[in-house]
Amino acid sequence: MTDAPPPPAATRTGMGAALRQDSALQHATGAARFTDDLPEPPGTLHAALALSPVAHGRLAPLDLAPARAVPGVVAVLGPAEVPGRNDISPSGKALEKLFAEGLVEHWGQPLALVVAATRDAALAGAAALRPEIAPLPPILSIEAALETGALLMPPQVIERGGWQAALEAAPLQLAGEFRCGGQEHFYLEGQITLAVPGEDGDITLHASTQHPTEVQHIASRVLGCDYNRVTVQCRRMGGGFGGKESNASWIAAAAALAARATGRPVKLRLSRKADMAATGKRHPFLFRWRAGCDAEGRLLALDATLAADGGHSLDLSAGVIFRAVTHALNAYDVPALRVTGLACKTNTVSNTAFRGFGGPQGALLMEDVLFSMARATGRPVDELRERNFAGGPNGAETPYGQKLEGELIRRVWAEARQGADWERRRAAAEAFNAAHPTLRRGLGGFALAFGISFGIMAMNQAGALVHVYTDGSIRLNHGGTEMGQGLFIKIAQVVAEVFGVEVERIRITATSTAEVPNTAPTAASTGSDLNGWAAHQAAGAIRARMAGIAATAWGVPEEEVIFADGHVSAGNHRMRFGELAQLCWAQRVSLSATGFYRTPDIHWDPVAMRGHPFFYFSYGAALAEVLVDTLTGEYRVLRADLVQDCGRSLNPAIDRGQIEGAFLQGQGWLTCEELWWDADGRLRTLGPSTYKIPGSREMPAEFNLRLLADAPARANTIFRSKAVGEPPLLLATCVWNALRDAVGGARLDLPATPERVLAALRAGGA
Amino acid sequence: MAGMSSRIALTLNGQPRTLPADTPPGMTLLDWLRGPAPRGAGLTGTKEGCAEGDCGACTVVIEAADGARTPVNACLALLGQMHGRALRTVEGLVAADGAPHPVQRAMAENDATQCGFCTPGIVMSAWAHSRCGGAAHEALAGNLCRCTGYRPILGVFAALEDDGAPAAPAPALEGGSEFAVPGQVFHAPATLEAALTLRAAHPEAWLLAGGTDLGLRVSEHRERPARILSLGAVPELAETRLAPGLLTVGAALPYARLLDLLARAPEMAPLAAHLRRLGSRQIRGLGTLGGNLGTASPIGDTLPPLLALGVRVVLGSARAGERVLDLAEFITGYRQTALAADEIILRVEIPRPPEGAVFACEKLSKRHDQDISAVAAGFLLRLEGGVVAEARLAFGGMAATVARAPRAEAALAGQPVTEEAFARAAQALAEDFAPLSDWRAGAEYRLHSAQGLLRRLHWRIARPDLALEVQA
Repeated sequence: MTDAPPPPAATRTGMGAALRQDSALQHATGAARFTDDLPEPPGTLHAALALSPVAHGRLAPLDLAPARAVPGVVAVLGPAEVPGRNDISPSGKALEKLFAEGLVEHWGQPLALVVAATRDAALAGAAALRPEIAPLPPILSIEAALETGALLMPPQVIERGGWQAALEAAPLQLAGEFRCGGQEHFYLEGQITLAVPGEDGDITLHASTQHPTEVQHIASRVLGCDYNRVTVQCRRMGGGFGGKESNASWIAAAAALAARATGRPVKLRLSRKADMAATGKRHPFLFRWRAGCDAEGRLLALDATLAADGGHSLDLSAGVIFRAVTHALNAYDVPALRVTGLACKTNTVSNTAFRGFGGPQGALLMEDVLFSMARATGRPVDELRERNFAGGPNGAETPYGQKLEGELIRRVWAEARQGADWERRRAAAEAFNAAHPTLRRGLGGFALAFGISFGIMAMNQAGALVHVYTDGSIRLNHGGTEMGQGLFIKIAQVVAEVFGVEVERIRITATSTAEVPNTAPTAASTGSDLNGWAAHQAAGAIRARMAGIAATAWGVPEEEVIFADGHVSAGNHRMRFGELAQLCWAQRVSLSATGFYRTPDIHWDPVAMRGHPFFYFSYGAALAEVLVDTLTGEYRVLRADLVQDCGRSLNPAIDRGQIEGAFLQGQGWLTCEELWWDADGRLRTLGPSTYKIPGSREMPAEFNLRLLADAPARANTIFRSKAVGEPPLLLATCVWNALRDAVGGARLDLPATPERVLAALRAGGA
Repeated sequence: MAGMSSRIALTLNGQPRTLPADTPPGMTLLDWLRGPAPRGAGLTGTKEGCAEGDCGACTVVIEAADGARTPVNACLALLGQMHGRALRTVEGLVAADGAPHPVQRAMAENDATQCGFCTPGIVMSAWAHSRCGGAAHEALAGNLCRCTGYRPILGVFAALEDDGAPAAPAPALEGGSEFAVPGQVFHAPATLEAALTLRAAHPEAWLLAGGTDLGLRVSEHRERPARILSLGAVPELAETRLAPGLLTVGAALPYARLLDLLARAPEMAPLAAHLRRLGSRQIRGLGTLGGNLGTASPIGDTLPPLLALGVRVVLGSARAGERVLDLAEFITGYRQTALAADEIILRVEIPRPPEGAVFACEKLSKRHDQDISAVAAGFLLRLEGGVVAEARLAFGGMAATVARAPRAEAALAGQPVTEEAFARAAQALAEDFAPLSDWRAGAEYRLHSAQGLLRRLHWRIARPDLALEVQA
């Protein structure tokens, strides 16, 4: 690793090339195999989960006989059939059960697994079970949990300055409350694992997972075996978005249990409804805040509580709260403050990772504060936004002690405004609103600073395994998983760059715990940062050995050996990359290497809630214009203009896809995607017919994007690129702000469905 | 019976196939396609994303002899319905030498695929669209993508070119068919007489038109009906007639073909636009007016406009011949109709709005496309000299059945077209309906937005120059 800027790209297809996703053509022809498309081994059985029909209650030991009586059923497995531990906790800090025992804590909680010759028989078996549950009153809202003090973990509090005194002394004092909803991942491919038993206790799990290592650990825990008996493999997922982080692990563990119990391959594929009932979602949040500012709208003090609905168990809520409180100020500076993050316990499915991981929720806070301040001071929101950006005349240090780059915040914001022709369009919108009897236009902006690294320091590590074969072809494996985000092609580009060969020479292979062990999940936007460096290390180690052989053969110094254009050269000497590989083999030099990377310069004190938890920040800004029907609350996003900082992009085509897709996914969370539980705690939006993710028409009618130019990462990231998976999801917050502008600034809870927009219009008298 | 087919015959990716006699006719097309050979087709390119006809990952295309391409959801279509059809899946677009189809290449080269799970379905929608044309959003409404944000996909759709490929020939059909396996019989009669006889003999049978509602019970709820009476092969039930003043539509005519007919009746443009928001092209390729009437859902999209227009429903039975009911008489309660156990809905008679009448259709939902309405409405106003002579205001989503709003109608009758008159009608709506709250919308929104629709109606008449809808 060096701080020097990288050399110009060594090949057409190396770093910075706009290559397509590695399987794009196979996707389009139907040839790409997802887990459910793998040929089923002879004798494969199928499994189905039995789920709790009650949100909260005392569960009598389940009578498994009715399911066993269903024709085709081979085995029925409940807590008593678990040979290891009935515990799927990803953190290991709480007992979280695979199958409920004694108590059910949410509607849709797994009770048992039915294994049968066919999937329909398994489903019929699961439906035949009649759990006896004595209902208890469920806690179904954040408010109810707060009233009873039902928390999953102690509060996480970040404090700075004398916030209480500053609040009391502030010339203007404001307060607010609002809420945002959860979000179903709606990966198009539902959760699935095919478990194939081998000899002597071995088992292979073909799992659709973002975290093969955790699948290995949890399956081993449930089976009561050493990790080395369980091999987890994943070539690709049909979408993940955080939903196949911890949730994939217990589904794979259940399939492993069934394979162990029957001695036969078992496929567990959740139906869409079961998937939506039994797997966690993005955390809904309730926000309550008080703020003080001066007459010009400079914030002086803030006291905010961010209360998340964690669902019934801990899962990954600690990390979600961490990211919410560390992103609660987003790109802004408040000199004195207290931010309190709470993980409330409710009788709903345990909420989990979802792209942004609490960050998107946390970053909503300041938007609400800015709107309230705009009302109180009579100043435009965007003026207040600029006045309170971190850096410049304001403090640049986050309340937990890490510095933001104020000039980048201002740069992305200014570029977005300029590209969007913002001032002219605001005037045009005002003229339109004055003239039209029923429609209103609204404009909204947003600026972002998003910290990159896992909140759990130990997770910031990665491994890779690279082989060079004697024909010069290369096999690449690393701990990252491919869920459509283009990680595999990016890492292949890194390796192509190191060896100076075209990317077609590199074979991308399925993620496997047998090839690269002890990996972190592919999450927190870190996939290319971590695995890119790990692969770079592995490839670099081999290249150094190869350079040594070439140098000796040619009698030149090693550092003069250049790898480019599929050749290796030094002065007048030149040979094909494959020829050198053959020469290395003949000279008995290893052409295989592992690579390892740990993110430098990060630390965190969870007691003081201070440190340097992020390797760097990713910046972005966005502006949206909406058209709202004041009669019905219907709306449409007319235009969005995005500027996103990707550092020096590894692959601009992939990054663009990530940004646009994240934006629309964020817009869905904030607008049309609504999870609706009935009074008994049953989720009633259980499929795409009732849970509405954006369709093509929801895309902004005009959708402009640019990657921030000439902005190599200052941190020593792989080729000075920056992460891109999550940050742009938050840019969609500008759509919320635009809607809020259109409804006259009134409180607008999320998701801002037409229903809530109409209610806000009526409340605001706009 | 002479000429009766007892095995399902179809063309798959250009190859004629006659399925083994023990193939369950009531299984979904998707389960058959993905199932391992020899019981299934062993083609796993077509994906299951939701099993409820909403995500489009299972989209395949029916090729008609005239070259038309109809995308359908393989998860909702029952295998028996595919008898006599030519089908194409994503694998069938790849040339014999393995070369991807230009549509497939375009999807890959435009970065229109990320995770790839929705991609095969989108490829098939694109391939159908390249021939059928129309609006790209409409062509994509039945396909969800969670990764890309759609821009690159829309780019592909905007640049499609028809490959000019002729349709693969479908197997020739002679007469009706009856597919029987232990525990299941699938009847597909080819004459109305045979259909009525079967209906009388088997009143318990599932009466299957397009199957976009009943198909869910197989696909999602995994039901295995003992007997299915499919109406898709009865020519009389797909007949249409466009007469002055009256449009007659066979009950089993798919919406896609109904739209072709409506294109010839300009005063029906609001209904056509409304139908383009009903489901998706995939749903409209199979779904029928008769099916929507038969389920009598209070949130069925077609019912409010039909009620406003005053349609008549023609029922038939072997016992009593035909009888004609007003739509309001036909629908008797929440998902209940006057259809007798031996009757079949034959056709719908739709009075065409007279010249000068104001006809409008409305639908409110969380998402514009492929969503079930929170509130739907059909409005028909007869104006005489600037005064409302008659108002027919029908709403869905406001009560246990689709219903007219008598107090609001009365408030408008005899009034000039003014903002105040429509505001009073909107007020009266609160006495007509006490809607329920559910996941689609709360009671308050249903009422307030329905009132908003009446106020929008005023602006439609008063300011025809103005765009009044956010999607306009």
